[in-house]
Amino acid sequence: MLELNNIHARYGAITALRGVSISISQGELVALLGVNGAGKSTTLASIAGVLRPWQGNILFEGSSILGRSPEQIARRGISLVPEGRDIFPSLTVEENLRLGAFTRSEKTEYRRNLGEIFDLFPVLKERLQQPGGTLSGGEQQQLAIARALMSSPRLLMLDEPSLGLAPALVDQIFELIARLHQSHVTILLVEQNVDRTLEIVDRAYLMNTGLIEGQGTPQQLRTHADIEGIYMGVHRQGNP
Amino acid sequence: MINLEFIINMISLGSLYAMLALGLVIIYGILRLVNFAYGELIMIGGYTMFLLAGFTPLPWLVVAVLAVAAAMFTSLFTELVAFRPVREKSLTAMLITSFAVSTLLQNSALLIISPRARAVTLPQIFQTSVMIAGTSVPWRNILTIVTSIVMLTLLTLLLRRTVLGIALRAAADNFTMTRMLGVPANTVISAAFAISGIMAGIVSIFWIARSASVTPTIGAPPLLVAFVATVIGGMRSLTGAVVGGFVYAIIISLLGVLLPPELLEFREAFMFAFVIIILLFRPEGLVSSKTSVERVG
Repeated sequence: MLELNNIHARYGAITALRGVSISISQGELVALLGVNGAGKSTTLASIAGVLRPWQGNILFEGSSILGRSPEQIARRGISLVPEGRDIFPSLTVEENLRLGAFTRSEKTEYRRNLGEIFDLFPVLKERLQQPGGTLSGGEQQQLAIARALMSSPRLLMLDEPSLGLAPALVDQIFELIARLHQSHVTILLVEQNVDRTLEIVDRAYLMNTGLIEGQGTPQQLRTHADIEGIYMGVHRQGNP
Repeated sequence: MINLEFIINMISLGSLYAMLALGLVIIYGILRLVNFAYGELIMIGGYTMFLLAGFTPLPWLVVAVLAVAAAMFTSLFTELVAFRPVREKSLTAMLITSFAVSTLLQNSALLIISPRARAVTLPQIFQTSVMIAGTSVPWRNILTIVTSIVMLTLLTLLLRRTVLGIALRAAADNFTMTRMLGVPANTVISAAFAISGIMAGIVSIFWIARSASVTPTIGAPPLLVAFVATVIGGMRSLTGAVVGGFVYAIIISLLGVLLPPELLEFREAFMFAFVIIILLFRPEGLVSSKTSVERVG
C-alpha cells in the first residue's frame, strides 16, 4: 500500500532522513520506534507532504506521491494526526469534525462517519458545540483522531498519540488503536511507549539518526538483544 | 461636544474602520502577511467610481457594485500573479512583494490618470442629512452603519455556516493542518483575498464619499488606520479587527472633542500614545486569537 524508497530529507542544513525505506501493506498496523531525533516524525511529515524529500520516492497504492501538496495527499486517503494534536482551538468540536470530512462531499457518508465517531468517542458528542481549545488533553487527542477518521482514510498516521496523557488515557488510546486495526484501518504509528506499542502492532521499524536500523515482528524485536539494549531499554516504561 | 450626532458619527467611523481592519486581518490571519497593497484596492475602487460615474450613464448603484468588483478582482489578481509565486519562499519575500504591488498600482494611477485629485460624482444622498431626535445626521453615516451591519452579518454567516468559512477560520488557527485535511491552500487564500478586496471596495465608497475625490495616494491613510486597528484588536482575530476598528474610532473621535484646539493638530500623536498604552497591557491586542487554554481534568 505504502512504500518509501531511500528517502532523504533535511530541515535547512540539518539532515533528518538518510535513506529511509519502509513499506506497509493494506490493513497492517506498523510502528516506527526510536529515540527523539531519530527521524520518525520527519518520516510522517514526508509522507504527508509537509516536508519535501530531496531524494528517494514515496509510492502510495502504486503511484508516486512525492512532491504532492499536503491537500493532494489528503485527498488520496492519507490522514496524519500530528504530535501535539493540532486541533483547531477556536473551532467547535463539530466544526473540527466537519473539516475532517472535507474530502468527503457526500452528506450520507458524513452522517454515517459522525455516528461511528460518536460510538468510538462518546465524550465528543457531549462536547459538540464546545471550542476545541477548551477540551482536556485526552479529549483533544480523541478529537484529533476522530477528525482524521472523518475522512475515512485508507492510511492513518498517528504521531505520538499517547504523549502527555495520563496513564488511564494512554490505555484508552492504545485500546482505540487496536480496535481501529481490528476494523482493518491501515495504520502507521510513531510511539515512544515501546512496550505498549509492541503489544498491538504487526511489525515495527527501528530508527536512529535518520536511518532504519532494524525491523521485524514484536516477537523478533523483543528477542533481539542488541536492538533491545540500544533502542528499547532506555525507553521502556518503568525502566530508568 | 458629545451629543447624538457625535455618537452616530463615532459609530459610523467605527463601522468603517471595522470593515477596513477586517479586510487586512483576514489575509494576515492565514498568511501572516500585512498586505501593504490593501490601501491601493481602495484607490482602485475610487478610480472605478470616478470613471464609471463620470463617463458612463450607468446608475450609481451599478457603479458602486462595479467599484467593489474592481477592488475584489484586483485583490484576486495580485494574489495570483504577485503573491502566489513567492508564497512558498519566505514571509519577507511576500512583504516586499506587497510593497512592490502597492507602488506599482499607485504609479499606474499616477501615469494613466493623473497625480492630481479627481472629483468623484456621488449621488445626492451622500450630501444630504436626516433629522433624528432633533439632530441632523448625514445619510452617509447611516448608510455606513447599515452597510457594515449587513457586511458583518454576511461575513459571520459565511465563516460560521459554510465549509469554506470554517476552513478560513481553521487556516487562521493552523494553515498547515488545514491543508493536511485536504483543504486546498489556493482556494482558502483566494477566498481571503476576495473578501479583503470586497471589504476594500465597500470602504472605498464611504471613504471617498467624505472628500468626493480620489488621488493615487488615497490608500495610505486607510491602510494606516486598518493596521493600527488590527494591532489594537489583535492581529489574528476577526473579532479583534472589529473591536480594534471601533476602539480606534472612539479614541480618535473623543480626542477630537476633548483636546484643546491648540493641541488638535497632535491628535494622531495622542492616538498612538493610547495605542502604546493598550499594547503595554495587552501586547497581543484586546482580543486573544485562540481558545488555547487546555482544560485540566
